[in-house]
Amino acid sequence: MNQKKIGDVILDVKNISLRFGGVKALTDISFNVREHEIRAIIGPNGAGKSSMLNCINGVYTPSEGSITFRGKTFAHMNSRQVAEMGVARTFQNLALFKGMSVIDNIMTGRNLKIKSNLLLQALRIGPAEREEIRHREFVEHIIDFLEIQAHRKTPVGQLPYGLQKRVDLGRALAMEPQVLLLDEPMAGMNVEEKQDMCRFILDVSAEFGTTIVLIEHDMGVVMDISDRVVVLDYGKKIGDGTPDEVRNNEDVISAYLGTSH
Amino acid sequence: MAFFLETLIGGLMAGMLYSLVALGFVLIYKASGVFNFAQGAMVLFAALAMARFAEWIPKWTGIDNPIVANLAAFVIAGAIMFVVAWVIERLVLRHLVNQEGATLLMATLGITYFMEGLGQTLFGSDIYKIDVGMPKDPIFMLESMFQGGILVNKEDVIAAAIAAALVALLSVFFQKTSTGRALRAVADDHQAAQSIGIPLNRIWVIVWCVAGVVALVAGMIWGSKLGVQFSLTTVALRALPVVILGGLTSVPGAIIGGLIIGVGEKLSEVYLGPYVGGGIEIWFAYVLALVFLLFRPQGLFGEKIIDRV
Repeated sequence: MNQKKIGDVILDVKNISLRFGGVKALTDISFNVREHEIRAIIGPNGAGKSSMLNCINGVYTPSEGSITFRGKTFAHMNSRQVAEMGVARTFQNLALFKGMSVIDNIMTGRNLKIKSNLLLQALRIGPAEREEIRHREFVEHIIDFLEIQAHRKTPVGQLPYGLQKRVDLGRALAMEPQVLLLDEPMAGMNVEEKQDMCRFILDVSAEFGTTIVLIEHDMGVVMDISDRVVVLDYGKKIGDGTPDEVRNNEDVISAYLGTSH
Repeated sequence: MAFFLETLIGGLMAGMLYSLVALGFVLIYKASGVFNFAQGAMVLFAALAMARFAEWIPKWTGIDNPIVANLAAFVIAGAIMFVVAWVIERLVLRHLVNQEGATLLMATLGITYFMEGLGQTLFGSDIYKIDVGMPKDPIFMLESMFQGGILVNKEDVIAAAIAAALVALLSVFFQKTSTGRALRAVADDHQAAQSIGIPLNRIWVIVWCVAGVVALVAGMIWGSKLGVQFSLTTVALRALPVVILGGLTSVPGAIIGGLIIGVGEKLSEVYLGPYVGGGIEIWFAYVLALVFLLFRPQGLFGEKIIDRV
């Protein structure tokens, strides 16, 4: 662990502002993410963390500023195009396909990668069959990795919350993303589930070398697993650096604990 | 006994047509979470297109071969349904991504009236015949068991075979292909589907197109039995209880629901009708649907809804 090599800047966020009518959700935010690192965005509730993630993911179009991914700058992008570029995400409030089994949910993550002709797939002949098997193997690998073997055929809606969160992660992993955006992966979990999730996140980073951008408002968890941390408060960036630097930052302390007058 | 069997078979045949219309509902609901009220209008629209082109093609081209004319009319009507699907996606659905179900339902209600009007403006509002050359002669079955045998319409048997083939095709499409999986994913959650790179717009065109073709097949079979006319749209209202019975998300549910209602209607009319003065056929389906809503709201095969509180 932790022998992974942090690479060049893969994602560069420059001067992003986001307004909803008169509400300023984000003001002039800049930060970058390096390849293979675990980058956390933290901040109290309503700080603009999810808005930031949604900008990167193409759900929101920032009012100002630019986002550069692997040297390509984009302003208007929808989620689908972002997905094609190799960015996957999980959701704060689970957005799984509840009626579908765990396997099918994760298989949907392979959708962009399946190339065979529709007719061949339906008939299950030759190359289509082989391709399906290949993707299925990959998905089984993810299922093993996330330790949800026992539930592979269960409709996701029937699983407990912690496991649903894992399936959400599994679906994102199935896309073999270069960057993985995790929106509060530990929200609403008990201590044990949180520990499991931390372990999975570290393992993903170590095993697949995926760059991870993660949102969390629980500072304790984040400090232990991230390489660098951005702190937001009221839509502004108030801190950026290694966990230790951030921990000792006056602004961050006052944002979290309140200022002493 | 022979009479009972004949009534039963008659009911099954009527039910199969309900099933076909219901199938259109289920497809669109499954794949986009939209309860498409316009399915009936689509049946009428497709049937009108087919009937009229089958009539116009020999006139325009001078080809006097009914098979060629019908085939060409079917292909053209199919193409028209594709255009309809594309236009609906472009003008309506695209702007309503992530909206409430009720909003989408109202939108399809609007589409219904628009398509009914447009269909009649383009293709006329008389009664038209679709004659795809299905044999009309009856066959007698089980003559050794019953005196005189059981009378079955050959046309009905062929129609049933077509419907069965269509259903088999669709099940394979939904269960075995990646596009089918994408369709089911879109039905569950638009946002999540987009985030994993499923092209929402293309998926919607595909599914409305498939529903359009199902509407075309349903319209063709109804049309060749009873003629194409405005009252075809009311068939769609008959399919509503079928969907409730079978479950909105289940393809087999639509089929079995349709059959149950078809058979139930006929049997209750024949055997209970005399005691209550008849007319059961008209309301039977709706009462059955109400009972289902009380005791099994997700239908026979629908996905059980478990909500976290």
